[in-house]
Amino acid sequence: MTEEIIISGFGGQGVLSMGKILAYAGIMEDKQVSWMPAYGPEQRGGTANVTVIVSDDMISSPIVSHYDTAIVLNQPSLEKFEPQVKPGGTIIYDGHSIIQPPKRDDIYIYRIDAMEEAARTGNSKVFNMLVLGGFLKVRPIATVEDVVRGLHKALPERHHKLIPMNEEAIRRGMKIIRKMN
Amino acid sequence: MTKEELIIPENKIYGKPTLMNDTPMHYCPGCSHGVVHKLVAEIIEEMGMEEDTIAICPVGCAVFAYRYVDIDWIEASHGRAPACASAIRRLWPNKLVFTYQGDGDMACIGTGETIHALNRGENIAMIFINNAIYGMTGGQMAPTTLMGMKTATCPYGRQADLHGYPLHITDIAATLEGTCYVTRQAVNTVANIRKAKKAIRQAFDNAINKRGCSLVEIVSTCASGWKMTPEQANQWMTDNMFPYYPLGDLKNTVKL
Amino acid sequence: MDNKEKDFVLLKGNEVIAKAAIRYGYDGFFGYPITPQSEVLETLAADKPWETTGMVVLQAESELASINMLYGAGCTGKLVFTSSSSPGVALMQEGISYMSACEIPGVIVSVGRGGPGLGTIQPGQADYHQAVYGGGNGDYRTIVLAPNSVQEMGDCMGKAAKLTFKWRVPVIVLSDGMIGQMMEKVELPPFTPRRTEEEIGQQCPWATNGIGLKHRKYNFMSSLEFDPQTMEDRNQKMADKYRQIEAEEVDYELYKVNEDTEYLIVAYGISSRVSMKAVDLLCEAGVKIGMLRPKTLWPFPNKAISQLSERIKSILCVEQCEGQMINDVRLATEGQATVYHSGRSGGMVSSPTDVVEDFKRMARENLSKNWPKGYWMK
Repeated sequence: MTEEIIISGFGGQGVLSMGKILAYAGIMEDKQVSWMPAYGPEQRGGTANVTVIVSDDMISSPIVSHYDTAIVLNQPSLEKFEPQVKPGGTIIYDGHSIIQPPKRDDIYIYRIDAMEEAARTGNSKVFNMLVLGGFLKVRPIATVEDVVRGLHKALPERHHKLIPMNEEAIRRGMKIIRKMN
Repeated sequence: MTKEELIIPENKIYGKPTLMNDTPMHYCPGCSHGVVHKLVAEIIEEMGMEEDTIAICPVGCAVFAYRYVDIDWIEASHGRAPACASAIRRLWPNKLVFTYQGDGDMACIGTGETIHALNRGENIAMIFINNAIYGMTGGQMAPTTLMGMKTATCPYGRQADLHGYPLHITDIAATLEGTCYVTRQAVNTVANIRKAKKAIRQAFDNAINKRGCSLVEIVSTCASGWKMTPEQANQWMTDNMFPYYPLGDLKNTVKL
Repeated sequence: MDNKEKDFVLLKGNEVIAKAAIRYGYDGFFGYPITPQSEVLETLAADKPWETTGMVVLQAESELASINMLYGAGCTGKLVFTSSSSPGVALMQEGISYMSACEIPGVIVSVGRGGPGLGTIQPGQADYHQAVYGGGNGDYRTIVLAPNSVQEMGDCMGKAAKLTFKWRVPVIVLSDGMIGQMMEKVELPPFTPRRTEEEIGQQCPWATNGIGLKHRKYNFMSSLEFDPQTMEDRNQKMADKYRQIEAEEVDYELYKVNEDTEYLIVAYGISSRVSMKAVDLLCEAGVKIGMLRPKTLWPFPNKAISQLSERIKSILCVEQCEGQMINDVRLATEGQATVYHSGRSGGMVSSPTDVVEDFKRMARENLSKNWPKGYWMK
């Protein structure tokens, strides 16, 4: 199994940390992982994307030109990465952040209204965990338990009290993701 | 009485410090370097720090300082002695670490390293030989060359519009929070040599006792570079250098 | 031990440099912030090794100061390193020459970005010449290690520590922004205690640290000689040492190279990772291709490349610059194989498909000579 994922959106949406948590979950499953950010000058609100690869085998190139899954959290990201999803691959987008949804008919298209859900619950910080939950629902490369174990490893002790809230968001995200085609 | 009869231990009232070896010095007659080398050797010996001293010499006339004083020396690249010394002092917290630099090394090419080592309050001592000229390369203008003073690269005299002004690096050092002791001395008279020795000793004590960074400027002669006899050079220094670079402590925060 | 039980962590290449250095018993770090390697100093500052192993960490005022701090520290027999990126490493060249001249140990981590000049902050491999041939003056060489994974970033810190004291030459760990910034699963080395002052005294009798001065002649470190004959003697002694390093320290790795191999990719660092995937794709398509990855760029695996060149058709040298290592590869082939360039520059990085496309172009050129058409795609 090899899953090549691009997660892309605005800086501040938790794109990089979502990728990191996903990579940690992969480690918990004894898989090989790589996390490769597109970095630039420090800029709040700039674009951010990260390529995450989770594989049973050694990962050769951390950069790829086509992805199994693209998680796009703003319109420019969708425009950039929709053409780069492999045929038969998956695209997940946030319903609130995308005006023109994906059009391809050779890929699976999923919508998750994570921004709305986060706003509804009054906790915008779990936005990325809702999206991660949605992703794990449609691409079950790791279990929620793996993610929780990964969070324990990734987060410093003083933040461990936040883990249950994140776990809840992941489970909620699994429920609210919808297939669009 | 013959010479042999006179030179006997009982009659000895003064000796060369044992850390000074017999290598003939390359310094010109009348140069201040030899005197300061001797003071450094005497002080290290008096402190019993032979095995616990690491000295950094510069590029400039003192480039061969390691030949004359039997302690471990490192020759830094031009201007970088303070950086070199900073690292060593931090890695060897029980050693005496000092730099020995000229005006070009400390106040021109190495100004950045000098200011930052002083400002970090590195527990090192810096000895600064200021003779207002580049001696080793043959008498070119130094950052501390006086206004109107003639050198190979300002043959008509230093002019503000062409060359800018002399840099008061020691005065700058005194304004920095990391320095505990900044002083300006000379070695042209016996009295001044005694004072200079006291100053260097205090700088070394400060370094060992982690009181911060000390800078001892020695206003010096360069008879060759100034194209004078040693005697004329001493006089010229008294008449021209001292008014511009007055001797005395610029800063001393150490209450002993 | 089950892999799941092992203490794997997810870290950036730059973070591993810092954490591995602490664990390998480095005595000090001196550096100046520059993208894309600032995490090295940031990680050291956060981990506070001065409270645990006693390692000294200092943010210098410039790269010029950093390298001279390294020089001073190395002179006293301490194991120290600095880290920087392309323009910063350019500033260090003088210091590296001085360290080489005085035969001073020290480790320089170079996390390459796009150049020349201030360039970009994106990954680059345009500093091959800078690292391997050096920008400092005089007859000197530096050992250059080229990690291609986050794990190897850490491993190289251990290897560099050993080599720099074994040979008393500065060691450069030449990486790039991508390996510095990416995260992978890493197993950190166990803690090795730093050497005590007594151990340094015993192991480094050449060092200028005052130890045992009463029972020996004083030591000094200087690269200045007024007598050209003495300088030549010093150079020849160093050259002998360099020949010995060339004989003993070459390190490289072969990927999918076998008796049937007809084409070869030569790549290091991030390019070798990208090329590995390209090799996989081409092998799937039936092309008999493999990769040689130099793990040391100096000494360079000349012999291995020369021997392979005898029986292969052509070589694709993949590097993220306009062609620097390619010259060494060409020399190594001794004219027995044609070498082609593949790669981006200025901060752009090839994808595996870019390399495959370049391979096709190369194969076509070969075909046009005396190969059957369409050979590469059976």
